Amino acid sequence: MSGFVDNVRLWFAPERVRDEGDTPDYRFSLANERTFLAWLRTALALIGGGFAVDQFLPDLRWAWRAGLALALLAAGVLCALRAVNHWVRCERAIRRGEDLPASRFPALLGVVVAVVAVAMVVVVLAGWEK
Amino acid sequence: MSAGRDPGLQRAGRDPELQRAGRDPGLQPERTRLAWRRTTLSAVVAAVLAVRTALRDGSALGVTMAALCCLLWLCFLGLAHGRIRVLSAGSPPPALAARRATAAVLCAVALAVCAAVLVV
Repeated sequence: MSGFVDNVRLWFAPERVRDEGDTPDYRFSLANERTFLAWLRTALALIGGGFAVDQFLPDLRWAWRAGLALALLAAGVLCALRAVNHWVRCERAIRRGEDLPASRFPALLGVVVAVVAVAMVVVVLAGWEK
Repeated sequence: MSAGRDPGLQRAGRDPELQRAGRDPGLQPERTRLAWRRTTLSAVVAAVLAVRTALRDGSALGVTMAALCCLLWLCFLGLAHGRIRVLSAGSPPPALAARRATAAVLCAVALAVCAAVLVV
């Protein structure tokens, strides 16, 4: 947990990332940046999905609609925060010449998206409407 | 991927011949610029859905949220545009600043908070 707090400090303090290790080949940094942006897009897509559930399933009962939308929005927020955290960790690992951090997050996100998708299909097919 | 240690790539990056060519044959800065553009486009989609949701109920809260979502998108556009300019300015381009990355993420998070307010 203290490691996480330390990472959060690094989000705001680029000089501290630069203090460590060697400056890598810029292409590694750019590749890391693109990975960060891809995760950010995923987060934005999940947030857009949250809006879309609210917009395009208007006949759904309020509890289901809000629940599904909030699940997608929460996944989006997590994904965005994790994107910057993972970017900082990778940047540091590259500078120190360490292995890149392994992560359980992609699997977790996959499972959450699958569960939300199945829930959506069931809710719409079962017609739990107003 | 063991990016930190691939000797082939690392050599290529410091290859004086490549430096003299004045351009990266992998077009990495261009690809990164396009990635920022794509991400801005994703933010447009999210913001448009947000404004649609916000304006549907027509209340004061809805209008405020719509304005806030537009503002957040403009912030994101500014961040992305700044980075794109840095990337096209010099070679080799400097690494992404942590503050810019955090600010971009906070825009996305704030958009999600607006969404939660509108949904509930």
